[in-house]
Parts: sequence; structure tokens; C-alpha cells
Amino acid sequence: MTTTARTTTPTTTARPAAATSPTPRRWSHDTVETRVFGVLRVVVIVGLLLITLFPFYYMVLLSVRPLDQVVGDPGALAVAPADLDLGSYAAVLAPTGSGGQGFLVFMANSALVALGTVAVTLLIALPGAYAVSRLRFFGHRQVSVLFLAVYLFPAILLAVPLFVFFTRIGLRGSLAGLLIVYVSQIVAVSIYMLRNYFDTVPVSLEEAAAIDGCSRLGIMRRISLPLAMPAIMANALFVFMIAWNEFLFALLFLVEQRDRWTVSLGISQLAGSIEVPTTVLMAGSVIVTVPIIVLFFAGERLLVEGLTAGAEKG
Amino acid sequence: MSGPASEPAGQSAGTAPVTTAPDSAGKEPGRGNRGTMRRAEARAGLALISPTLVIVVVMVVVPILWTVLLAFQRLRLLNLRTTGLFGAFTLDNFSNVFGSGSFWGSLVTTLTYSVLGTGFAIGLGLVAALALRRPFRGRNLVRAAMLLPYVAPIVAVTFAWTTMLNPQFGVVNFWGTSLLGWDEPIAFLSERPAALITVIAFEAWRSFPFAFLFLTARLQAVPGSLEEAARVDGATVSQRFRYIVLPQLLPTIAVLAVLRFIWTFNSFDDIYLLTGGGAGTEVISVSVFNSLTARGDIGGAAAQALVLAAILAVLVGLYLWRLAPREEQS
Repeated sequence: MTTTARTTTPTTTARPAAATSPTPRRWSHDTVETRVFGVLRVVVIVGLLLITLFPFYYMVLLSVRPLDQVVGDPGALAVAPADLDLGSYAAVLAPTGSGGQGFLVFMANSALVALGTVAVTLLIALPGAYAVSRLRFFGHRQVSVLFLAVYLFPAILLAVPLFVFFTRIGLRGSLAGLLIVYVSQIVAVSIYMLRNYFDTVPVSLEEAAAIDGCSRLGIMRRISLPLAMPAIMANALFVFMIAWNEFLFALLFLVEQRDRWTVSLGISQLAGSIEVPTTVLMAGSVIVTVPIIVLFFAGERLLVEGLTAGAEKG
Repeated sequence: MSGPASEPAGQSAGTAPVTTAPDSAGKEPGRGNRGTMRRAEARAGLALISPTLVIVVVMVVVPILWTVLLAFQRLRLLNLRTTGLFGAFTLDNFSNVFGSGSFWGSLVTTLTYSVLGTGFAIGLGLVAALALRRPFRGRNLVRAAMLLPYVAPIVAVTFAWTTMLNPQFGVVNFWGTSLLGWDEPIAFLSERPAALITVIAFEAWRSFPFAFLFLTARLQAVPGSLEEAARVDGATVSQRFRYIVLPQLLPTIAVLAVLRFIWTFNSFDDIYLLTGGGAGTEVISVSVFNSLTARGDIGGAAAQALVLAAILAVLVGLYLWRLAPREEQS
């Protein structure tokens, strides 16, 4: 790609020589286009950055401005250091007993469900992915098709029966029930991602270990798992982000018990009420977003590689 | 890629020794050994995959089948504890669904939302991928920033959007009325044409990073020599895009279009959180949810979900049988 920087100069210097060719007009046409697209490119990049980042900036901005100032001057795009007010964060985190919104409890719930989902999903998906990638067994193809179908099917279709089922067995309102639902929906994607990685690990390494007398489980533990560690980390991040961000099933299962709410559920439920100021909920939004952004930047390279692993063949 | 391609060979080679193994196990140690190894491998494979299978079957496959039963029963949330698994079967739910104008309205809304949302998301993703194709200082940071709308929690970003678009103290209406000369604040999320346009714009904003990511990956695999040759032959920037780059991106765009369409068609969170399904934005999934929770009409909700799934099954089928094989060839 460094060629582009180089070629712009040669084209302009090469032009006089080419001007003798029968179509000199096209060269100028190309120059015009190159210039126009060059300017357009900068405009597009700046525009895209503005639209992607502005809602996040606005979120942070409102969370540090007092409510009366937001209502009085809704168009302000910055906050003076003197007006900086972290009261919203205190209000959103404080327990309900002392007049806050109790988001610390919600964060604990979210973290518990998300981390639990990661642990259980990996525990189930790792052997599964290894099996799908390495071992030939009956129904091996059908399993892959089933998982793809699960991945593509709508969550709302499952909402009705799971809602009825969990109501009947009395698990509605329990974090464990929610965790099982998350695992069942994520495990297929997780296996798909991990399998892609296992496929790239040369079988010869495992065969060498087998010849050296290693058992199947020993091979998995000593050879395959250490080699797949980057993929496992990426997968763990991916699962955590899905579980942390999930909304529909949290809403269906936990809405009636406030002490079981996740952060997402808390924001959405309190957003409608008049008593809770918007700025306080903005602080809640920042709190739910920050862990995701931190994790995303920490594992960005891993995640992007994992997400696009299937795209390169396109 | 290597998985599906190598499968048939592996399977046919695998089944042959297994069938001969039982009789010849004692006589030919080499062959018999391979047979038992094959069987051991098959057993290990099933053992390793079974936890996944159990949870997927119990929590996904069985519930889907159960939805079918529920859709043919007159079941309400109130009498849920008293009715049995196999109650009286009836077609009422479906006649209610198809007989009501609101379902057809929802279907049209869903289709409009999915088609336009998918189109704009992919278009924006393509523009972003092309604009960020050439390296510059800080490109990696810009790329990462582009992905934020897609990874951020849906509840947080919808809350930021609803506040931004709020008619009383939202920043958009403030600048619209004071700078752009709007006569009065626009109720972006509760007026009829505006609400649908807003949720489509939100969908484009939220999911263009997905298209951007895939198209960027594909662009990196486009060989530079073709474009170089075209440039030497006098092709302009737009011609090089039209005749060299775009044809190579088309398969990726096709896959993206199907995937994004399916996901947008199903999506519930975005619209529920932005408008709650009001002002002409009630897509089928939101309508299913409202039937289930607000009206407690389990049978009706199941019937609608089933119709939604039937339309989707056709789409998923198209994806599996039309696009997937073509993908393998390329």
C-alpha cells in the first residue's frame, strides 16, 4: 500500500511523456478524480469519526454535567472544569437505601452472569470444538449444520417457550437460569470460532505427541490447548461481551426482582421513570460501556482476527 | 474452508475399515487396529461434543419444537399453571394473526426496516472500508473507533440516542431549531414517518462496523498488481473501483447482505429500546414480545414467532443451499 504515496509523483512526472498519446484528456480526468477522491476521503473519515464517536462523547458529557445545566443549556458541547460534577456517578452507584440507584448490585449481577457464562461456555465449547475439528464421528456434519442454524435463528423465537418453561419450573428470576440460556445460545458460535482455530494447528504436532505415548486427553491438555490460547482468550472476550450486553432475556427473566437486575436492565427500566434524572442514567450508561471498551481495546487485535476468520475466503 | 472440503474424504475412508474390522480384527492386526482406533475416535468425538449437544438440544431445539405446540393452543399467562402440555389444539391463533391488519402492517414495517437497515449499513461499511484502505498515521486507532457502535452495550447507546433526540433537552433538536431553522423540535421517536427513519438510521449506525470489518479484511486480500496494471492502462480511480475492486468484493457483500438481513429481521432490542414499537415501528419481534408480556397471550405470541421463523427458515435455507456451496468453490 505504500505504492500509492510513490505513484502520485510518477504519474505527474510521467504525464508530459504520455501527453503525446492520442488521449491526453483522460489523464487530466484521472488527476481530477484522484484529487476529488483524495479530498472526499478526508471528509468521509472525519464525518465517520464524528458520527461514531459523538453519541459516546455526549454520554460522557451528560454524565458529568448537573441536570439543571443540561435542561437550561441543552446545546453545550463541552463542560467547564469548574462545572464538572461527578454527583451523577455517586447517585447511580449508591445503594437504594441511601437514595441512590443501587447500580453496584446491578454491576455485580452483570459481572456474575457474564463471567459465569464465559467459564461454562469455554468448559463446554473447548472439547466440542476440538471434537468437531479433529475427530471423525457419526453425525459430525449434521452437528455443524445444527450449530449454524442455532447461530442464525432468532432469539425472540426462543423467548416464548423459555419464558413459559422457566415460569413453570420457577427458575424465572434466578441468575442461574439466565446463565444457562446464555450458554445455550453462545456455545454454537463459540465452537465455530474455536474450530476455525483448531483447524489451523497442524495435526502433525499431535501425531508426534501420540507417537511419544501421549493419550488423547494428554494431547488436548499439553499440545492443543496451549497452542490455541490466543483463540481461547479472544473467544472468552467475545462471550463476555455478548453476555454483558445482553438485554432481551435479562428483561424477560429478571424484570420483576430489582435486586437481580443487570446494569443494562437497570438503565432500561429506570429510563422511563420521571424520578430518576437523565444525567444519573447517563452515568450508568458510561459505567456499563467502559468495561466493554477497555476489554475491546485490550483484545482488539485478537477479536478482529477472530471475527474475520471466516471472511477471508469470501 | 478446510473443514467441509476434507470431510467427505475423511468420512469415506473412515467408514470402510470400521465395517470390515469386526471379522478381521484377530487375523489382520494392522487393519483391526485401525478399526478400533476409528471406533475409539468416534466414541471420543461423541463424548466431547455431547455436553454441547445436550444443552443445545434441551435449551434451543426442544423449545423451538414446543413453540409449535404452543402456537396451536389457546394459552394465556394467567391460566399457565393449570393447563397441561397438550391442551386442546386450535387454529385460532393463526387466524387471529393473519386476520388482523396489525400483523401485515408489522410485516411491512419489518421488511422495510430490514431492507433499508441492511442496505445503509453495508453501504456505510463499504464507504468506511474504502476510505480507510490506504494507511495513514493513526489509522489503527480510527479503525478501532469505527467498531465502537457495534461492540458497545445496546442499552447504553440507545439511551444516548434517545436523549440526543429528545424534543425538550436533546442536543439534536437544540441545534436543529437554533442553527438549521427548524420551526419546532422534531419528535424523532414518536412521530410517524420520523420514528421509522430514525430506527433505520440507528440500525445503519449500529451495524455498519460489522460490514466495515468484513470488507476491510476482504480488501486486504485484493492483489495490488491488478489495480496497478489498470492504472498503467489509464483506468481512473472510479473505473478501477468499478471494474477491479468491486467485482472482488461482491461475494463478501452478498454474504454480508444475507447475514445482516437475517439479524435485522429478527432484531428486537434496538426498536424496543428506542420507540417501544410505537409510531409505526412495531416490527414482528416487538409485537411478539408485547403479545407475550403486555397481553399475556402466549398462543398468539408463539404463532407470530413461528411465522417470523418460517420466513427466516426460507432465508436461512437460501443462504445454506445457494450461497454456501458457491463460497466453497471460490
